Amino acid sequence: MIEFEIFGNKDTRSGFGEGLQELGQKNPNVVGLCADLIGSLKMDAFKKENPDRFFQTGIAEANMIGIAAGMTIGGKIPFTGTFAIFSTGRVYDQIRQSVAYSNKNVKICASHAGLTLGEDGATHQVLEDIGMMKMLPNMTVVVPCDFNQTKQATIAIAEHVGPVYLRFGRPVMPIFIKPDAEFVIGKADILIEGTDVTIIACGHMVWKSIEAAKKLEAQGISVELINMHTIKPLDAAAILKSVSKTKCVVTAEEHMINGGLGDSVAQVLTRNLLVPQEFVGVNDTFGESGNPMELMTKYGIDTDNVVEAALKAISRK
Amino acid sequence: METLELEKIASQVRRDILRMVSAVNSGHPGGSLGCADFLTVLYFDIMNHNASNFSMNGLNEDIFFLSNGHISPVWYSVLARSGYFPASELGTFRKLGSRLQGHPSTDKKLPGIRMASGSLGQGLSVAVGTANAKKLNNDKSLVFTLHGDGELQEGQIWEALMYAAANKVDNLIATIDYNGRQIDGDVDDVLSLGNLHAKFTAFGWEVLEMDGHNIDELKATLRKAISMTGNKKPIVIIMKTEMGQGVDFMIGSHKWHGVAPNPEQLENALGQLTETLGDY
Repeated sequence: MIEFEIFGNKDTRSGFGEGLQELGQKNPNVVGLCADLIGSLKMDAFKKENPDRFFQTGIAEANMIGIAAGMTIGGKIPFTGTFAIFSTGRVYDQIRQSVAYSNKNVKICASHAGLTLGEDGATHQVLEDIGMMKMLPNMTVVVPCDFNQTKQATIAIAEHVGPVYLRFGRPVMPIFIKPDAEFVIGKADILIEGTDVTIIACGHMVWKSIEAAKKLEAQGISVELINMHTIKPLDAAAILKSVSKTKCVVTAEEHMINGGLGDSVAQVLTRNLLVPQEFVGVNDTFGESGNPMELMTKYGIDTDNVVEAALKAISRK
Repeated sequence: METLELEKIASQVRRDILRMVSAVNSGHPGGSLGCADFLTVLYFDIMNHNASNFSMNGLNEDIFFLSNGHISPVWYSVLARSGYFPASELGTFRKLGSRLQGHPSTDKKLPGIRMASGSLGQGLSVAVGTANAKKLNNDKSLVFTLHGDGELQEGQIWEALMYAAANKVDNLIATIDYNGRQIDGDVDDVLSLGNLHAKFTAFGWEVLEMDGHNIDELKATLRKAISMTGNKKPIVIIMKTEMGQGVDFMIGSHKWHGVAPNPEQLENALGQLTETLGDY
């Protein structure tokens, strides 16, 4: 029986806030920057405890990214905070030149990613950010799956020297990663071991995939679930080890199918081990206003979509 | 440094610029020639910096950012002549494998460069960040920048101007290469900046003006700007220059913004500039 200990329900952005607060207490070089979304990003505690190391830039994200890049010169470790849409698309050229190409130690921390931002609608529901960020040389892309992991990832990326994109979100979701779990950038978590199909998921889709694995288990199907919290560098060894056993794959992400986790996994498979792959993600469309969970259903990234994709992948073996 | 010495260096810098762009038939000589006097004065007379032991963090050193990265030839020449790297390396400009990329970059680890530039409008934000870091580090040295006037059409510049004044970033001296020209023609025709001095004042900056081709005035104005730091206001200098300064057939025209002289034109131009430190 697939069972996970649940440590409560919280939003991943709060995990970021707690991780940043802890960093503020133990690493004097960590600085915070925010473009008028301190409450939404849960940066209040860091700001309160470290007023001299917190920089409110106003609604001027391009300037925020530039300031962050400049602060690395002098040894600071800047964590920028705003919504994922404004953390990426709005400032792509600033990130490209001043952060990625210049290889600066900036941590771009992005909340409200994907459809689960909900009612604000498509203007704010970025579904392309993983693609934009993973295409940049020097950039590490991390998409943690729950509150605990987001906290652990926030602390871990401060130790990594180089640009990082950290993507998290708004909805309250179950916490299933242990509070003392070790987070290693680029090393996937095998959450469930199984033999019939490998599900590789990131972010909120990891919980949906746990639910899907339970439903599949009830049908007698054994799922191996990989929490691919680091999209880049991708843990190809973990993928190939699992797939050589299960012989088929489902990828699941709260992102466009184009350019996301599924693309990265497909690249590994086509080069090494050709097996059927099914993609759970948003298929080349913008979102809309609505309740986050309703949106996930409408746009095909819910539990049942993962179940269907798994059955299809198995049938194609 | 004596004015005569600085003038000699600037003459060599102009020769370097012309020879660099001509050799690869590409690059931006116009703005480079226009800023040769400024960068020579800045690096040889104004800034406290360590050319022989370059460090990315630049702690307790003055730091310069070239925001209008396309005038890389003048910066490369001044860096080399200051001792950051051998002048002979200027001959690799824009060639495959060179540390002297078309626009400045950090990935090839050329000493003296701390940030890539080329896509315009980003350098002031970067400089504000480094100025902030210096304050956090209790580092009393300063941050200098150079921007094109056309570059001021980028919105990010005005975000940074607003931020620096509101947050009293007073260890920063920005300079505007006010030559009135950009690729498509006169700045006034392409997109007028209006009353730039009044705009900077309205944005809360201390504003100075200087003649970018008068070495004594450059020295005096930059020293005055330094004396005004630490006063809770950022400082900007509007520097009047001529694109193509130093070469009679280039001066004052936007046509040499991004066009290199051919061998015949190069010979003519070099005939107008004394070789003072030895060509690379």
